[in-house]
Order: sequence, then C-alpha cells, then structure tokens
Amino acid sequence: MDFTPFWISFKLAGLTTLILFIVALPLAWWLSQTRSKSKPFFEALTALPIVLPPSVLGFYLLVVLSPNSAVGGWVEDVFGVKLVFSFMGLVVASCFYSLPFMVQPLQNGFESLNRHMLEASYLAGKSKVQTVLKVALPNIKPSLITALIITFAHTVGEFGVVLMVGGSIPDETKVASVAIYEMVETMEYGQAHIYAGIMVVMSFLVLLAVYLFNHKQKTKIGIV
Amino acid sequence: MIQIDIEKSLHGAEGLMDLKVNLKIKKGEFVVLMGESGAGKTTLLRVLAGLEKAKGDVVVEGISWQRVAVQKREIGFVFQDYALFENMSVEENLLFVKNDKKLASELLEITALSTLKGRNVMGLSGGQKQRVALCRAIMKNPKLLLMDEPLSALDNQMKYKLQTEIKVLHERFDMTTIMVSHDLESVFTLASRVLVLDKGIIVKDGSVQEVLKQEKQTYSVKVLSVKIENANNIATYSLLGKLLENEVDSTVKVGDSIEISLSSRLISR
Repeated sequence: MDFTPFWISFKLAGLTTLILFIVALPLAWWLSQTRSKSKPFFEALTALPIVLPPSVLGFYLLVVLSPNSAVGGWVEDVFGVKLVFSFMGLVVASCFYSLPFMVQPLQNGFESLNRHMLEASYLAGKSKVQTVLKVALPNIKPSLITALIITFAHTVGEFGVVLMVGGSIPDETKVASVAIYEMVETMEYGQAHIYAGIMVVMSFLVLLAVYLFNHKQKTKIGIV
Repeated sequence: MIQIDIEKSLHGAEGLMDLKVNLKIKKGEFVVLMGESGAGKTTLLRVLAGLEKAKGDVVVEGISWQRVAVQKREIGFVFQDYALFENMSVEENLLFVKNDKKLASELLEITALSTLKGRNVMGLSGGQKQRVALCRAIMKNPKLLLMDEPLSALDNQMKYKLQTEIKVLHERFDMTTIMVSHDLESVFTLASRVLVLDKGIIVKDGSVQEVLKQEKQTYSVKVLSVKIENANNIATYSLLGKLLENEVDSTVKVGDSIEISLSSRLISR
C-alpha cells in the first residue's frame, strides 16, 4: 500500500504550521495590542477562510497564483517556481486557508494576559520582541499549543483548496484527503477504509493531546 | 531633583478632566500620593513611567524624559496587582530585570524571601508576591520608584511587615519614591512628604504634619453602620478608600452625613 499521500500531507502541514507561526505571531500580537479603528477590518479579513467555501478560496488562489496573473507570473519569472499544480503552490494556498487557526488562538491568548505583566517587562528594559518571546509566549502555552496543533491538523484535513490549487499529481500534490476521494470514486472501498481510518485515529489523537495538555495546564494553575 | 510639569486629559470619577501637575521632588524624598478614586493618581504614576503619554515634561537630574522610551527610563514600578512574570521563579523575576545575582540575593534577604527563591511565583501568597514585585522594581537601581497602592490588597499583619521592608529598602537604596496609598498608617510610617490629588490637581502639598493636621481638612462621609461599644456610639465610614470608625453623637444614624477631620483622627491616635 502506498502511503506517499500521507507523507505529502504531513510535509505540507509541517511547513504550513512553521511558516504560519512566523507570519501569524506578529499579526496576532498586533491585533491583541492595537487600539486602531482598523482592527475589526483585519480581524474579519483574517477569519474569512473559516466561512468561505473552500472552492471560493481555491478559485481566487488559482486565479492569483496562475502564471498568467501578475503575482504568479512574477514568482515564476524571478524564482522559477510554479505556484499552481505544484507542492509550493499547495503550501501557499494552505497558509491562506489555515491562517485563522493560527492567528485566533494566539490573539486570544495574548489578549488574556495581564497588561501590567507586559508593562513590567517594558519597565525592566525589555523590547517588544523580547517581551513577546520571553514573557507573553511562555504565559500562553495552552493557546500556543492549540494554535500549532490545530493548524497542523486542519492542514492535514484540507481537501477543497488543495484539490483546486494542486490537483492530484502523484508524489507531488496528491495528499491523503484527495487520495481517499479518488479511492471512493474508483470504488476501492477497502483502501479508502484504511486511509480514512488512519485519518480518524490520528485526528482524534491530536485533539486528545491538545485537550489533555490544556487540562493539565489549567490544573497546574488551579482553575480546575 | 525631579521636576514634573505635565498635563493630560483623562476620564476621572466625574467624567472628563484635566490632570495638571507641576511640582519638584528632592532626591531621596518619600512622597505619598493620596486622593479619592478617579483623582488621577495612577495616571500620574503611569505618565512618569512613560506608560502613558502627556503634554509637558519630566526632568530627572537635569535630563528630560520627554523623548525617553519606557525601557530607558530609570524607573522601578510596583503594580497593585503584582504583575509578576508567572512563567518564572522568584529569583528569575528579579534576574530578568538585571542579571545581578548578588543584588537579587541581598534584596531577597531583606524581604525574607531567600528560601523561596526557586519557587514559581504562582505558588506564593499575596504578601510574598508583593514583596517579589518590590524587589523586582529595585533590581534596576531606579532613580525613581513608583508604587501604586502596594499595600491595599494585604491584611494588617502583612501590611505592617511590607511597610517596614519598604522603609528599610528606601533607606538602603536612597531612591526617590512616590507611593499611592489610602492607608493613613503607611503615611505616618513612610512619608517625608504628602500630596493630595483632587480632580487632577494637587490640592495639598507638604509634610505629614502640614497636610494631615490642617484644621480645615475635613471630609463629609456617609455613615455605613453604627454600633454601641462601652456605652459609646461608634460609626463606621469610608474615608480615602479605608474603612474607619469614630465615636459619634447618639442621634447619628446609618446613611447620615458626618464631617470628619483628619486632624481629629490624628489627635485620637
């Protein structure tokens, strides 16, 4: 049995989580601290992938990333990288699709922090970057773990966007969820059962790990 | 010498008001800042620390802090709610400010926290947390120590202990200090100068004796409860954020307004 689609799914999810953590951290911090009137606008924009049908997001990404568009054409000319029907294209699309799953838990975590604790760090002479890394992040561990794991799990489970942007190229863009879809279409139910079963068990274990960790943290600080 | 000349609009107890403070504080002075809630006390401390912006300037030993960022100001700040770094131990909270183990050790010794230095701050009592916050504020060797009601959340025994430690630390490190407090006991023990802020303006400024013993300083307060003790009527009322008791006439009832003079309270001490 070929498990390459699982490997591609995990590689995609790992890369997406890493890139999104780096990109979403400053965005989540800014959203948590700003008093700007533009905050709701950016919050709505960030949350858009949650409510948009994956086909809508997939369609626009396909249009924007296509070599015929300004963005897709420029990336292909400068970096020689194709952004549609390629693994790199899947990574870019996944970053848009999973953005709210990284930003929202981090933002909620930062907003729950005692503002005076952050000010105490500034008064101790620490910059904003030092304060985020040494004070804020270590004090929002449950939110941080939730953000990382849910982003990873959500990317592993995505289907519509990857199918539209990446297609189903074996060993390149054919991820586990797309493989299951094809197995069902070709009536290979036995294989589909194995793939789907693995996905169910893994998704459950991931969520269990998040809830166990968060419960342990709450017990530690005496909430439960 | 610290020269403060600031102006800021803020929402006070009775709506929008202007905080206008112009004063000079000598090096090493221990100033207690008093006043009703919403008078602008905390905002004044936050402006001095650089946590809030205001018009005007703060000049410390000849250097303007107008454009100095909060990180660069030589300020120690003790928050009412401690604001400790919850992911760190007692000692790590101090060393985060400045990696000076000798100073941290000395401060923990003075505040009797040495045995708890490795413990996470979340496991400490309120009094212990406030002492860690005090030590942390001093780690920077600040030119100005600001304390926002550090005693208000503590019981009487702990209040007395912390008050004594504040006094020892103030004398040891010779820091100019401004402490917001409603606690008359701490005013007598610690203050070399008392300021009373009312609706953003300093209305009293002088030594403890000058400010609190002025005959005219009376407050109109509502009686919260009346009890009889040794055939005397004792009324409980709230003054400057503190519940106090005074002997009153037998006709006084709950809800009545009575005039209380701080000087009479001083005399009765």
